[in-house]
Amino acid sequence: MKILKTLLVTAAVSVAMMATAQAETKKIALVVKALGIGFFEAANKGAQEAAKELGDVEVIYTGPTTTTAEGQIEVINSLIAQKVDAIAVSANDTNALVPALKKAMDRGIKVISWDSGVAPEGRLMHLNPSSNPLIGNMIIKLAADNLPDGGDVAVLSATATSTNQNVWIEEMNKVLPNYKGINVVATVYGDDLADKSYRETQGLIQSHPNLKAIIAPTSVGIVAAAQAVTDAGKIGQINVTGLGLPSEMAGHVKSGASKSFAIWNPIDLGYSATMIANDLIGGAEAKPGAELKMGRMGTVKLDDKNEGAMADPFIYDAKNVEEFAKIF
Amino acid sequence: MADVQTIARHIPDRLESRGARLIKSWETLLVAVALAIFLVNSFASPYFLDPWNLSDATFNFTEKAMIAFAMALVIISGEIDLSVASIIALTSTVMGYAVQLGFDTPALVMIGLATGLLCGAFNGLLVTGLGLPSIVVTIGTMSLFRGLSFLILGDQAFTGYPASFSWFGQGYVWWVFSFEFCLFAALAVIYGVVLHKTNFGRAVYAIGNNQTAALFSGVRVGRVKFVLFLLTGLMAAIASICLTARLGSTRPSIALGWELEVVTMVVLGGVNILGGSGTIPGVVLAALIMGMVTFGFGLLNVPGIVMSIFIGLLLISVIALPILYRRFRGRRSH
Repeated sequence: MKILKTLLVTAAVSVAMMATAQAETKKIALVVKALGIGFFEAANKGAQEAAKELGDVEVIYTGPTTTTAEGQIEVINSLIAQKVDAIAVSANDTNALVPALKKAMDRGIKVISWDSGVAPEGRLMHLNPSSNPLIGNMIIKLAADNLPDGGDVAVLSATATSTNQNVWIEEMNKVLPNYKGINVVATVYGDDLADKSYRETQGLIQSHPNLKAIIAPTSVGIVAAAQAVTDAGKIGQINVTGLGLPSEMAGHVKSGASKSFAIWNPIDLGYSATMIANDLIGGAEAKPGAELKMGRMGTVKLDDKNEGAMADPFIYDAKNVEEFAKIF
Repeated sequence: MADVQTIARHIPDRLESRGARLIKSWETLLVAVALAIFLVNSFASPYFLDPWNLSDATFNFTEKAMIAFAMALVIISGEIDLSVASIIALTSTVMGYAVQLGFDTPALVMIGLATGLLCGAFNGLLVTGLGLPSIVVTIGTMSLFRGLSFLILGDQAFTGYPASFSWFGQGYVWWVFSFEFCLFAALAVIYGVVLHKTNFGRAVYAIGNNQTAALFSGVRVGRVKFVLFLLTGLMAAIASICLTARLGSTRPSIALGWELEVVTMVVLGGVNILGGSGTIPGVVLAALIMGMVTFGFGLLNVPGIVMSIFIGLLLISVIALPILYRRFRGRRSH
């Protein structure tokens, strides 16, 4: 009889403990475009880091096998069924996910998008990895940091009509007066084609003998430019920088053709998205002008479209490029 | 003389009793598999046995199952239609284009159905009119229809479907029963009756078993096959309306790869891929099984690739089991 009583009490206590433990753990789902992509695996690493830091958060890392909206909707439906507390999604389709995410929000789930956004009616806020002014400033800063005495720099862009690149160059020109002695002598367009970018770089090298740096705010252009500089034997004389992918740029950083370049850090992105989701679960409101907490990444301020920028693009150089080259 | 009659052997009109046949039938095996998966899911996740969750889960298979009904008929007749997913894409694109021109819901539905029927008629004409193998024709139209969709849309998306249109993909008829699920159930009954209770259904089996014999028995083989391709086109259009309404937008990559999922459903349902046999209840069960597996694994956050592996293994084992059983029994009786 006594044994039975003890057993019953133990069982009751453990059930109660399990119940409270479940009630206290917040479930945040990190939904990616597709599983098995290095960039998103890295984002998961950041999300797990955030979960560890917060203690009471469980991160569910999930996504479809292929990058389809239908697959993501199935995943979102199963997350709604599990009654997760928040969903942070990098969307395969801006519009197609909206009905499913609206349903999630109707059932009390906090929905945010990051990296690749969802239309405003399908989420509370969107986290951009960076912002146009921050990128514009970063690309000129990367060039200027290696030119203490100033000098001539040129820009190798994508096409003349690329919205992204044009905005970044415009933002760069706005902050140019802050960098004394730096002259932008030319802007050429490689159309995001490897061979055209290569030839345009060759042209720059020939027509500007005093050229000290080439800024390529495109992942195709920066690789082609670094190759052209290497082939012309100008390593050490001309520094190639801009926006690129670590896996494609690691060789050029090693050879010295590029001292450093920038792009978003997927680990920080996953970390910040998780932190923001946690802040929203905690009662923070996503509205224009609001500031949401991102742990070690500081805070993000929302604009009038409920979008926010995480941080400056992350700088990759000889110290860290090998490590990130394995990721993306 | 009377003695002769009493010793005359009784010749049965079927080899096994009705009950024995039912126990050994494919559908019984599928019911057992479905029940097993249902039980495992109920124990594995506390969220499985929730009417709303189960209702949400039906969206995993309803659209594909609608096409699977028509596909089952096509496969039983000895043909195949691999262009269904591309018909979904083209239908959705044309409807999206019609939205830009200002058409409203009833017109959109008519335009969608007409597009699907036209695509089906095109397949049907090439197969029956020119006598081309359907697998070749529909591999061709698979690229053609989706290609047209890409041509119209590029990397753009059509949005802005009227609010009333979204009911087809997001509306509920009664309580947890969505419009899509009710449509799926109604179509299951209609296709079950057509295949198992009508002359048309008998003709489909006859063609699948022996096309030449069917032709000499007076079955209009060409016409029946043409109708079957019209039906897959029509079903793909209906699925496209539901899917487009559910997503609220159109991209040319919509329903990519669905043709193989539909064929998997049909084969898992016990339809002989070489034609001649199969049932609609089998396909319904296969649809439920695939839907439950996807949803159950989703609840446990099992990665999609593991789900594909499981569906593949399920398909192979469900097909291999009866063959192994027959072989085993045959060896024992010798």
